[in-house]
Amino acid sequence: MAGNRHEDFMPTPLPKNSFILVVALMLGIAAHAATGLKVGDSFPDLAGFELEGKLPESVKGKVLLIDFWASWCGPCRESFPALEDLHRRLSAKGVVVIGVSVDEVRGEMERFLKKNPVTFAILRDAKQRLVARAGVPTMPTSILVDRTGRVRFIHAGYQGKETKLQLERELTTLLEPTP
Amino acid sequence: MKTKLVQSLGLFVIGLLLTGCGHVSPWQRGTLADPTMRADRDLIGLAIHEHVFFSREAATGGRGVGGGGCGCN
Repeated sequence: MAGNRHEDFMPTPLPKNSFILVVALMLGIAAHAATGLKVGDSFPDLAGFELEGKLPESVKGKVLLIDFWASWCGPCRESFPALEDLHRRLSAKGVVVIGVSVDEVRGEMERFLKKNPVTFAILRDAKQRLVARAGVPTMPTSILVDRTGRVRFIHAGYQGKETKLQLERELTTLLEPTP
Repeated sequence: MKTKLVQSLGLFVIGLLLTGCGHVSPWQRGTLADPTMRADRDLIGLAIHEHVFFSREAATGGRGVGGGGCGCN
């Protein structure tokens, strides 16, 4: 029967310039790749991001643990008791823990804090400007900043006790006087 | 030659624009993380729907549950 040859079932070859489209798509995706803070960068001044809440009075010369969290994020809830414990034990030594909520609705953040009360400073990045600047790879993300204001460690996600121990180890290292 | 170049450039720009459709940053996933976004958010409704579906299709057990397709279990 005419038109039933093997060639008739072969797929039509792609147009020659379709590779340009593929390259453009790949470039576009690459442009979205992380452009946030990296280890060694200086952490931006928190006062410049219109954050809601009271900034801790003295962060200059302190070791900072800045945790980006949200009420809708399960691992963030798990990380809160660990952060609270670190705050209670290390604040006297010079560690300042700051939780930065990225919740768009303040009520949701407040409900979360009612269920998971903490004593460390909580700020809300309502406009999500700081978190965008930090370019966190996942929720939650903890950024450890040394006494000179440089980012020294970035923790993406929270894996329970393991992460807590690692955070404590790193904070202790940052508290040690530099030679 | 010039037309081809313009076509290729147009294709390139369209490709770049298309990639802008799908990126959601980790801190913007509040809506996606809402329980109402889950396909199985209404467990009772899902069970009823599955029962009706399997009975109608005579396919009870089709998803690993024992049964002979009578729709009676």
